[in-house]
Amino acid sequence: MAFEIREPGLSTTVQDQGRIGYYRYGIPQGGAMDQYSASLGNRLVGNTPAEAVLECTYIGPRVVTTTDAIVAVTGAPVDVFINGMPAPQYARLALAAGDELRFGVIQGGTKYFIAVHGGIDVPSVLGSRSTYPIGAIGGFEGRALAANDVLPVGAPIDNGLPVLATIAEEDRPVFSRDVSVRVMLGLYDHHLSQEGIDNLLNAEWTLTPVADRMGLRYSGPGVQWREREQPFGAGQDPSNIVDAGYAVGSIQIPGGTQPIILHRDAVSGGGYAMVATVISTDMDLVARCAPGTKTRFVAVTMDQALEARHEHAAQVAKIWS
Amino acid sequence: MTQQSQARYTWGGDEFLFIEIAEGMSLEANFISNSIANALEAKALDGVIDICPANASLLIRFNPDTLPPAELEQVARSLEAEVRASTRQVLETRIVEIPVWYNDPYTNETGARFRAGYHQRPEGNDLDYAAEVNNLADAAEFIKRHHESPWLVSMVGFVAGLPFLYQLVDREHQLEVPKYLSPRTDTPALTIGHGGCFSCIYSVRGAGGYQMFGVAAAPIFDPGQELADFADFMVFFKPGDIVKFKPVDEAEYKRIQAEVEAGTFTYRQAPVSFDLAAALADPEGYKATLLEALNGI
Repeated sequence: MAFEIREPGLSTTVQDQGRIGYYRYGIPQGGAMDQYSASLGNRLVGNTPAEAVLECTYIGPRVVTTTDAIVAVTGAPVDVFINGMPAPQYARLALAAGDELRFGVIQGGTKYFIAVHGGIDVPSVLGSRSTYPIGAIGGFEGRALAANDVLPVGAPIDNGLPVLATIAEEDRPVFSRDVSVRVMLGLYDHHLSQEGIDNLLNAEWTLTPVADRMGLRYSGPGVQWREREQPFGAGQDPSNIVDAGYAVGSIQIPGGTQPIILHRDAVSGGGYAMVATVISTDMDLVARCAPGTKTRFVAVTMDQALEARHEHAAQVAKIWS
Repeated sequence: MTQQSQARYTWGGDEFLFIEIAEGMSLEANFISNSIANALEAKALDGVIDICPANASLLIRFNPDTLPPAELEQVARSLEAEVRASTRQVLETRIVEIPVWYNDPYTNETGARFRAGYHQRPEGNDLDYAAEVNNLADAAEFIKRHHESPWLVSMVGFVAGLPFLYQLVDREHQLEVPKYLSPRTDTPALTIGHGGCFSCIYSVRGAGGYQMFGVAAAPIFDPGQELADFADFMVFFKPGDIVKFKPVDEAEYKRIQAEVEAGTFTYRQAPVSFDLAAALADPEGYKATLLEALNGI
């Protein structure tokens, strides 16, 4: 079983739940940027949550299946076509051998996902099939898809298909141009002046086009740092620290101008002060934002973050029940 | 002593505990960070997902569903106290010889492409600049200072397998060079970089802001695991490794590259016990002890 890639799309990569446990070596967690959307796709096609899917960025691939296949398209809203005929998103779709799957124009967000029964069956590297292009590992030959790639699809999974054939409207993710992202202040937030903290939390920030799997950069009023003597080895700018590990989801503000949220393929460390971290539950929300999205950073406590985490886990459990 | 009596504990969202041992870089702070990391690793706590020791801090990823944040903090604080109370601070590690072609054409060509708007000193190359800001006579003297004393791998990260290196010399003898004014979009793979007091070896080609001094002859990240040194894992370095750079000329560089190509290259390396107190008390004398281990093989 295989998918023949006729056109690769803008940047289509194989992703799963991520490569956890190698961050200490500088290898990022990777994985589908919008985990919830990817998980909905796996659910619809009868996979486990761990199967690998294709993550499409703005412009998806044109794919022909070599055998019958069961697929679903989830994530950002986009027109789906099977042999040129419109097909629904968030629904289980049956493809016959030789059928062509392609996409129209994206109508929000940046990422949508193609799940297939059996999963995308590239070799697992360090416990994951996710693509890490900088290190050239995982995914299809360690890179984004190219025309004429033939992508193996896994053998049918022996647990049949779920009753669930479509995802209810209320369970689908929302793609908004105006979002509130919950963050926990911390790490080096004490290097910001009060005015700097106020700007971070009260100003409206706009997602710039400089946004990808590594990080998302926001424009806005900037922030101010407290005056201090830079410690040995830290570098001269007040936004510099002695190079340290970066929390996934942490927000750094090089030079105090544009906050950057580090996402799933980010570098694992460096010399810029992190001042807050997006809570784990809202990492998918950040991944759903298109450039131009108005964004507010709302400070929450650890307890609130954990409560949000439990609510989200309950929602995922409901889908998989 | 530069380290604070107690580290600073802070959260990076609901999945990361960050422990800042000290604000400034020092061998002591790095040793404490690594020791806490090793002690936590040995405990094999359920819910600890990744332990990332860094230069003067430590980042721990955990699953708060199985390990409550307060419990993790309590364990880490007690390990920190144990580490600080320990009287004999010795790291069983290895010293590795890394052949480097300093002042090579690859990094020079790349450096020349990123001058105006990127670099503090448009004339000359990064080595000339590094010599100047360290009040050294010329690039040759800087190169000598760079390779004659060994370096400690104080952190691995940024990208896959990239070591940060801290030179085992007095604070007064540390080589300090500012990073580029704005990061380059390109750096040759295996470039020897330097920013602030840290050197690094760029494991893969890509963006970078460190000054470029040369290029290492053999890989330090081998995803195909083709060389013997990578049989167990695709990343060569781990925190605590000690590096001795060995300057090589073009002919030697090419000979090593041919060995890499043939799959026969192995690094010269020897086990050593790194004694923090001895290293701090007499850096010059201790350097000789470390290098002896390498010369003995």
